[in-house]
Amino acid sequence: MDRRESLKLLALALSATAPGVLTAAGCRWTASDAERAAREAEEARSRGDFSPQFFTDEEYETVRILADLIIPADDRSGSATDAGVPEFMDFIVTDMPDMQDPMRQGLAWLDVYARERFGASFAACSDAQRVDLVDAIAWPEDADPALEDGVNFFNFFRDLTASGFWTTEAGMADLGYMGNVFVAEWTGARKSEIERLGLSEAPWETL
Amino acid sequence: MRHIISPNVYDVAVVGSGAGGGMAAYVLAEAGANVVMLEAGPMWDAATDGDMFTWNYTSPRRGASSKERPFGEFDGCIGGWEIEGEPYTHAPGTEWDWFRARMLGGRTNHWGRISLRFGPDDFRGYSLDGLGDDWPIGYEDVAPWYDKVDQLVGIFGNRDGFYNEPDGDFLLPPAPRLHELLVMQGAAKMGIPVLANRLSILTKAHNGRPACHFCGQCGRGCATGSNFSSPSVLLPPALNTGRLTIVDNAMAREVTTDREGLATGVSYVNRNDMQEYTVRARTVVLAASACETARLLLNSTSPQHPAGLANASGVVGRYLMDSTGASVAGIFPQLVGRTPHNEDGVGGAHIYIPWFGYDQKRGFARGYHLEIWGGRQQPGYGFVDGIHTVNNLFEDRPRGGGGYGMQLKQDYRDLYGSVVGFSARGEMVARYDNYCEIDPDVVDKYGIPVLRFDVRWSDEEYLQIKHAQEASRNLVEAMGGEILTPMPSKEEGYGISAPGQIIHEVGTVRMGDDPAKAPLNAWCQAHDARNVFVTDGAPFVSQAHKNTTWTILAMAWRTADHIVELRNAGAL
Repeated sequence: MDRRESLKLLALALSATAPGVLTAAGCRWTASDAERAAREAEEARSRGDFSPQFFTDEEYETVRILADLIIPADDRSGSATDAGVPEFMDFIVTDMPDMQDPMRQGLAWLDVYARERFGASFAACSDAQRVDLVDAIAWPEDADPALEDGVNFFNFFRDLTASGFWTTEAGMADLGYMGNVFVAEWTGARKSEIERLGLSEAPWETL
Repeated sequence: MRHIISPNVYDVAVVGSGAGGGMAAYVLAEAGANVVMLEAGPMWDAATDGDMFTWNYTSPRRGASSKERPFGEFDGCIGGWEIEGEPYTHAPGTEWDWFRARMLGGRTNHWGRISLRFGPDDFRGYSLDGLGDDWPIGYEDVAPWYDKVDQLVGIFGNRDGFYNEPDGDFLLPPAPRLHELLVMQGAAKMGIPVLANRLSILTKAHNGRPACHFCGQCGRGCATGSNFSSPSVLLPPALNTGRLTIVDNAMAREVTTDREGLATGVSYVNRNDMQEYTVRARTVVLAASACETARLLLNSTSPQHPAGLANASGVVGRYLMDSTGASVAGIFPQLVGRTPHNEDGVGGAHIYIPWFGYDQKRGFARGYHLEIWGGRQQPGYGFVDGIHTVNNLFEDRPRGGGGYGMQLKQDYRDLYGSVVGFSARGEMVARYDNYCEIDPDVVDKYGIPVLRFDVRWSDEEYLQIKHAQEASRNLVEAMGGEILTPMPSKEEGYGISAPGQIIHEVGTVRMGDDPAKAPLNAWCQAHDARNVFVTDGAPFVSQAHKNTTWTILAMAWRTADHIVELRNAGAL
């Protein structure tokens, strides 16, 4: 299996616990460092003066715009920046040094591409111009092969945005995740779903 | 360096606090022996040190893996394939990933609680297909101890009467989750059997431990002790006898011996002060993990044991095995956008697929079982990574997969929990040529010579995994899903895991009646040092495809009972 394929497979295991799944990560933070950094980031964010460790101010502006294009607010939950995704990304790329080059080079690629098309950095483009730029790289199968680097970056950034968004309290509430609680009595699958799928209960005796 | 020798002479020194060491200490202390246990890592208590019920959002990593915690930052096992200061090496061109736990309870803090008994065929592989060797004992010799383990520890399952999958003394199993019922329906179409899983998780209160509360987080350490780990089940009663002393942060160096070649104790490096110590004991029980136990024996050289203790046969370190592994995942339209439901359940699958090809003509030896995963688990780092490869599978999207914005946001909601995976765990044939030995050039940070591995899969394993890949892919299709990854080619080894990855290492200090061919006798007692015993996975003559812990527990109890008998008879 080619590494990218296997990463796809493993990544899709996502919400499942596959035996033996691991993500590559060289850690720089200890657990207490991480806790402190997260607390400080959260406090700074609520004060509105978060200062990224990894991103430059220009990069960070682009990160915020891109993240909210990927996950905007709707009537069920807020946007990526509402959920603290840019702060999350700043932490993760610091924590996982292997991600630093793809992130930095990708953001640089986007600015080069924006300048080529519209003569301005991505952040300095208009909303309509940004949509134009992102439209060109957001659908891998449909994209111009010459933009492959941009497509790969956008896939990477989309994934990281999702990790940062759906793992928050608000993201989990939006998904309707009902677990991580004490369950006194396990009753199995939802009966209406068993019927909808035309399935049968286990033939053996259960709790 | 100072060398501090304990004034006490214990009845038994046990190296390792996991399944094998914990069980030996429990049985021996209960029987009246004074036992000292060495553990290479720190003390650890799931109730106070574990992360059960921790929300992923309380950490900026959101549960991601790290080098120190390869199974996620909240995982309850301290250890991994790489441990700082504790290297191991490989023969050129070979792979072996060696997972080590460094904590009280060892790898009983890291396992799926899948507690399958080896069946009659698993003890007599050579007689059936001419490969490997038979064990010097049969299923009927171990069965009474499997029963005792079931009763002491607690296990759920269903009495299926399935071929070569002996039933145990089971608690009721939990009802399957939705995706597991879907697997059962697809498997039924193919004539593939699905059984209730057999996990050492309590579905009702048992021996003073409360029932499972279905949070799905066994891997983080169970604060209520409702699943099996050595520190939650075996060590408390052993400590309550007042006859067990646990020495933590003790990295064993070698078994010391006297002029007759009998064991006199164990020397170790204290990781806190880096000084050298020796505990003295009349009997030594090794349960440090198959490879660590082999390493200890090989490092225990003396004039009486020039090739290492218990190694007159020269096969210590040889016949090293792991399970084969491969995973296939599919995504299922029926599961897309389903009504939210708490699908946590126990910390593992509620069903499993036993080896179903035992009576079929096939081009490889031995079998495998399939472990199933999926469901709406707590979102963590990596949530629906790679969505651009799947969000156009069940809906017409003119531009293909990917995108951004409102549609994408809805896709995440809909696709959450729509993936189901199958992980094959298969039996590797025991071979003399697969081994670990002492690397003459490398020591760890304690100055202890390290292991060098030389392990290769053979065609038996490759073809077995090819079969498992094909069966899993057919299952995904029978269930109406889309397979997520192409079939790996022969050149890619059909997607087989690197040896060691499945963390079922066994077989380095095997049992056998002939002292020229095996280090241990049928009671896991060294042929050439009667007061040395092994109770981890090292004595296994074959691996079966079955997760090894339940058999380690049963064999360790059997060996410990034998030690008690020998002690009572004055034979030690």
